[in-house]
Amino acid sequence: MKHMRITTAHQSITFSRRMMLLGGAQAAVGGLLIGRMGWLAIAQNEKYNLLSESNRVQLIPVPPRRGWIIDRNGKPIAINKASFRVDLIPQQIVNGPSVIAELQQLMNLPPDEVERITRELAASRGFQPVSVADNVPYEQYAAITVRLPELPGVAASRGFTRFYPGGSTVGQLVGYVGPASVIEYEKENKNPLLLIPGVKIGKEGLEKALEQTLRGEPGGQRVEVTARGKLVKELDPKPDRSGGTVQLTIDSDLHQYAARRIGDQSSSVVVLDVTNGDILAMPSMPSFNPNDFSDGISQNEWKMLSGDDHVPLVDKALESLYPSGSTIKPSMAMALLNAGIDRKQIVVCNGAFQLGNHTFHCDKRHGPLDMDGAVVHSCDVYFYTMCLRVGAEKLSPMVRSMGFGEKFDLPFDNQRFGTIPDPDWMMRKYHRKWQGYDTVNMSIGQGMVLINPMQLATMASRLATGKRVVPRLLKNKPVGPQTQLAVDEDHLNFIRTAMWGVVDHGTAAAAKLPLDGIQMAGKTGTAQTHNLSAGERGNYTASQWKLRDHSLFMAFVPFDNPRYAAATIVEHGGFGAAVAAPLIRDTITFLYDKRKAMAALEAFEASIGGPPDVRMARKTAAWRQANGLPPLPAKTA
Amino acid sequence: MITSAIIPRPLAKLPWRLIAIVLGIATFGLVVLYSAAGGSIHPWAIKQAIVFVAFLAIAIAMSWMKESTIKSIAFPLYGITLVMLVGVEGLGFVSKGAKRWLDLGPIRLQPSEFMKPAIVLTLARFYELVPAAEIRKWRAIWPALALLGVPAVLILIQPDLGTCIMVLLCGVTVMFLAGLPWWVFAAPVAAVSVAAPVVFSMMHGYQKKRIQTFLNPDSDPLGAGYHIAQSKIAIGSGGIWGKGFLHGSQSHLQYLPEGHTDFVFATMSEEWGLVGGVILICAFAAVIHWGMRVSQNARTRFAQLTAAGVSATIFFYVSINLLMVMGLAPVVGVPLPLVSFGGSAVMTIMLCLGLLMALERQQRTVSRIA
Repeated sequence: MKHMRITTAHQSITFSRRMMLLGGAQAAVGGLLIGRMGWLAIAQNEKYNLLSESNRVQLIPVPPRRGWIIDRNGKPIAINKASFRVDLIPQQIVNGPSVIAELQQLMNLPPDEVERITRELAASRGFQPVSVADNVPYEQYAAITVRLPELPGVAASRGFTRFYPGGSTVGQLVGYVGPASVIEYEKENKNPLLLIPGVKIGKEGLEKALEQTLRGEPGGQRVEVTARGKLVKELDPKPDRSGGTVQLTIDSDLHQYAARRIGDQSSSVVVLDVTNGDILAMPSMPSFNPNDFSDGISQNEWKMLSGDDHVPLVDKALESLYPSGSTIKPSMAMALLNAGIDRKQIVVCNGAFQLGNHTFHCDKRHGPLDMDGAVVHSCDVYFYTMCLRVGAEKLSPMVRSMGFGEKFDLPFDNQRFGTIPDPDWMMRKYHRKWQGYDTVNMSIGQGMVLINPMQLATMASRLATGKRVVPRLLKNKPVGPQTQLAVDEDHLNFIRTAMWGVVDHGTAAAAKLPLDGIQMAGKTGTAQTHNLSAGERGNYTASQWKLRDHSLFMAFVPFDNPRYAAATIVEHGGFGAAVAAPLIRDTITFLYDKRKAMAALEAFEASIGGPPDVRMARKTAAWRQANGLPPLPAKTA
Repeated sequence: MITSAIIPRPLAKLPWRLIAIVLGIATFGLVVLYSAAGGSIHPWAIKQAIVFVAFLAIAIAMSWMKESTIKSIAFPLYGITLVMLVGVEGLGFVSKGAKRWLDLGPIRLQPSEFMKPAIVLTLARFYELVPAAEIRKWRAIWPALALLGVPAVLILIQPDLGTCIMVLLCGVTVMFLAGLPWWVFAAPVAAVSVAAPVVFSMMHGYQKKRIQTFLNPDSDPLGAGYHIAQSKIAIGSGGIWGKGFLHGSQSHLQYLPEGHTDFVFATMSEEWGLVGGVILICAFAAVIHWGMRVSQNARTRFAQLTAAGVSATIFFYVSINLLMVMGLAPVVGVPLPLVSFGGSAVMTIMLCLGLLMALERQQRTVSRIA
């Protein structure tokens, strides 16, 4: 009994002790809960407020309208056209193949397109819409809209398509736009704007370089939505801001004229206003049609363009480099005069020049010539002789100051600037001493000399003005200070007269302007593209197009009061005077007399098989046939 | 206790302070449910109010029960509940993927809810019968383990992990207070902590993922961690004073799942802030403290253990729910009593409070000498 009592007492002590323990544990849990709540609601309040707001408010982005690109007179170069479009949203698609088949039937999609859609759908990352078609005709748009409930994943919407009235003539200038790729999307920190179907960004050319100006600010409807995406109420919208208009210095009519005048050649033309450096035209032909690219091109189109030996995907005005050939001679002559050579001194041309055990040839046997004659008739031997006498160190700086090898700040990504060599450069680059034959090669713009057409036009304008003219493409960019070049005005006048002589009675005599009172000064050039043997020299019409020489011409007008400068390099065009000079002649004629120039163009186009669109279509058809593809369906615009 | 000539004696003898706190909690709960429904008494607040009033009446009625009556129904109640649990397995009504309900004509019963007070009563009764000298013997342990284990397993296979844990914790609390040796409790804890890493390494990928999601819900905010993540956003964005009544965006825009049931505390916190939360927690603490006091003042072992056990039941209800809502425990599906919408939790809590009130009344009415 005693034992029992003690244990009962013991038990009640245990109970009290354990009750205290339990109470303590409960109080601890209560404290923990209040502490935790305080931590969440006070210390982390800001973080959770943000999360709560981003839950509550969603932005339905409204893509901004892309800014226009206009020419110097306000004519549109790149604008937007209202259009209907159809997209596929990969995430929402239930049965991909059947939806595509349905769309193919509803929209008459060509097999090329079906293949592209299937490929893009397979590569897509769920969130990224795949464009089925832009510019859908209204009837097809309506047919699809009616059937949307049966076609999960298909989105039909109204939007804007980029439109380039100039078509392929402005291809290299403006580049093109297209939907953002996964890489571009991630590069922009997953900018949600890029995911909206129909939103396109610049991929090449000006569209890419001016992207930030052209894009504008996306606006959006701010809405309160439930977790299930149901709209609760609309909050105040964030207004969108259209992209800015960019005005170019380009004269759209002149640009297109020059592009058409290039014809079937592979060439670019640059026309500058020498008073301020404005680029009036810079077509590079053949080119691609940026309107097709903006719609998304098929693999076949791409194959055709990239396989073309006339390189339509390269902007030849800025990205291609060529030997300057004889167009370097006026600048060389300036250098010679500067180095103290008497322009009356005679050099006798026997048609060849011996240096060591190597013979350098001339065009023909010119006989005795002074400097004026050497420029007018483009005698190589004169320049070999005189340049060797002066030495390369005194030649290169003058040529460079005239624009060759110079880098221009133009809004393009892939510009290449070429080389004007000198002894130091030779040592740095090739670790060898400069030799006499290097001077000989450079004196006629061969050897290491590489330039682009923009530099050639710049050289013409600097010779014309004696000022450091810098090409300018964006109208809102201030005109750079046109500093005087460190040259003698008397030397310049002499060179200008010699260049006038080139057109008046020299190598380009066939390219006189058909205008009264306006005379052109210029210089032809013929650039070897590979080492022709002596016997092949002058074979300007070699059977293989690729083996022919490049044909160059630079000019300024009017010769006595220069206003415009122009240059062209026609790839494998043959003798400079035969192809390049007439091209510049007609282009410059257009600046003064449009009617006369158009007549010349029509006659020219008739001789080569019609306007560019017709020739392009013919070329495409021939390519498709050659590659065993069915002809394209006739386009209904 | 209120003493007044006007108020009838039986009414005056009710524990009004407790009833006031419980009424306060429940009223606050109705306000939150009103907001959770987007500012409407339908569909939750009105139903909840009716259920609450009905069970409050039952609880008050229970307060006149004698301790001897309670004692005598302990084993039968346990037996009936166990039979019903087995019945659920056979005839159960499937809802939300689990068999929990027994359809008895007009009423649908969730027997596992009855098991919470029933296990407390049964174990209290059992330990009252065990002589003090026997308490450290195996004879005092295994029957309790059996009484606890069988219903726990039956509930676990429904499956209803939340209720199973609750029943286990309530039972273990009574066993702990009854004075079982420490090793009974220490051994399983030690075993679990040793086995956990081993078990974890043997788990399937998805099981591991669930545990990882609990430990770091932000790692999977759209998947399994969604509930916890959204709940924390609701509580955290409420701040000190809350966003204001009817202005909780998380709950009104349905980002907060189960905002009227298990996660009702997050709904409340978003609109009433830390202040509302602390007041609610303190109110529950007061209720539990009241129950613990009943236990401490009890003169019989049965009353001691029962009062402590049912208080612990309320405590576990509240604390497991809040730990879960605040991201400190995995989501197991335990509602917040009196606030979450749903009759079962109200019923259990009211049964517990009824028992506590009955025991408290005994303390005041039965003379100390008897």
